[in-house]
Amino acid sequence: MSAPAMPEKVAGIIPVKFEKFGLGHYLVCLKGVVLRECLRFLHQRERFISSLVRPLIWLFIFAAGFRQVLGVSIIPPYKTYVLYEVYITPGLCGMILLFSGMQSSLSMVYDREMGNMRTLLVSPFPRWFLLVSKMLAGVSVSIAQVYAFLIVAWFWGVKAPPIGYLMVLPALFLSGMMLCALGMLLSSMIKQLENFAGIMNFVIFPGYFASPALYPLWRIQEASPLLYKICLANPFTYAVELIRFAFYGQVNWLSLGVVAGCTLLFLAAAIIAYDPSRGLMTRKQDTGGNA
Amino acid sequence: MAALDVVGVSHSYGPKRALNDVSFSIAPATFTVLLGLNGAGKTTLFSLISHLYDTRRGSIRIFGHDVSRASGEALRRVGIVFQARTLDLDLSVHQNLSYHAALHGIGGREARQRIAALLDTVDMQGRQHDKARSLSGGQIRRIEIARALLHRPSLLLLDEATVGLDIQSRAGILATIRKLVETEGIGVLWATHLIDEVKDGDHVVVLRQGELVAKGKVADVVRTSGAGSIRDAFSRLSRIEAAGIPEISP
Repeated sequence: MSAPAMPEKVAGIIPVKFEKFGLGHYLVCLKGVVLRECLRFLHQRERFISSLVRPLIWLFIFAAGFRQVLGVSIIPPYKTYVLYEVYITPGLCGMILLFSGMQSSLSMVYDREMGNMRTLLVSPFPRWFLLVSKMLAGVSVSIAQVYAFLIVAWFWGVKAPPIGYLMVLPALFLSGMMLCALGMLLSSMIKQLENFAGIMNFVIFPGYFASPALYPLWRIQEASPLLYKICLANPFTYAVELIRFAFYGQVNWLSLGVVAGCTLLFLAAAIIAYDPSRGLMTRKQDTGGNA
Repeated sequence: MAALDVVGVSHSYGPKRALNDVSFSIAPATFTVLLGLNGAGKTTLFSLISHLYDTRRGSIRIFGHDVSRASGEALRRVGIVFQARTLDLDLSVHQNLSYHAALHGIGGREARQRIAALLDTVDMQGRQHDKARSLSGGQIRRIEIARALLHRPSLLLLDEATVGLDIQSRAGILATIRKLVETEGIGVLWATHLIDEVKDGDHVVVLRQGELVAKGKVADVVRTSGAGSIRDAFSRLSRIEAAGIPEISP
């Protein structure tokens, strides 16, 4: 990989031209952003532990307690009765992606407040590319967390078909992209780190509980038709179902379409929001906010 | 061709005008001091030059490239040291610099060679594996300067780069930057409110409450303002009454 050519100099002073960025330069940039996110994650061991402990508590304690209370009938993709632990595992994978996506949103707000965000935004690469790189970095870290959880779950006796661990990777990737894009969009709207608590209350908890992560949708429909409709309007519902079906080597096409569509929608909105000439960051300029 | 050409730039935060019709140019290989008290509009101007904010009125060109229309080409030619510390404190010096190199498409051996050379330039050799958190304020600034130079820009912007540093660190950083102008031919825009950082041969641009009130060589600004020194000229131009600007020894 060669570095961009240095500016030619006239009389040792005036740069004439730079070589255009090629694919290799874009890959170097992407690698740098992903590597930085991974290093940050490795340096924050508490973040890794808490990201693992949260779903494990649900798996070890919540699922054990509710196994007898919440019966799960045979619904696709399951071909037989499954333990409640098995049922909620895709939802817990989704939970890791959801929290991780919001965590990346939090880290962007933190970076913006601390000034680190400026380093990224003054890069000469197109801003859409920088934001996509940042998302890919966040998703890479999320997926590593999901697999760490799945390893522990495997030892706990919660096992998917072996091929499922491979088949679920694209589903995790797409769902992670959707949630990271949502997190990025939200980060452009949050002015201060303190406001992040609102994300917990208005995005993470409603998003998680109004989905089939913990109970099947038919149960919700029986209990509350209104809540059922809310669940159907929740993109996280489709992320969980996409992951659930992928574990059994199947594709839930509706979920795939909704997750892909929402990913594009959230990503486009985030790119516009971070565009200094068009987006929400422009509104922050109006109030003297920092980029 | 000017290293930096600012033409008729205005910017507002809602109803509050932060910059009003500001125009000036910086020639390559010159040291220009952007003088202004706190709130004069220096940081807003930096945010516009670095395309963090969009230029809605007027235009900004870096070596002929419009910052709004060709931001990538413009940003490749400029290195920036922001007023706020922007190193990632959890990462090492080398990791911070490698990250910046990647953001400019520079990787591998080339990045390592440049990092080693620049750490030498800013007198921080042997510290590349130290965590940024373990560095002093002056050392962090030196690393930020090395970072701003990694992609070999032709224009360097420094926003209040010496604020909060002790006298020795300030003098050292200023000397390093002035040397870069002489040896590397880099154009520098040095924003500060510390008048003792101005030398006789410098160019100055003076902002007051978003208005450009003077520009030119130090001697010209002193003469046209009817003052006896650049310190007095800055006092008058900034309308600092009675006590004037407190003297800080270099």
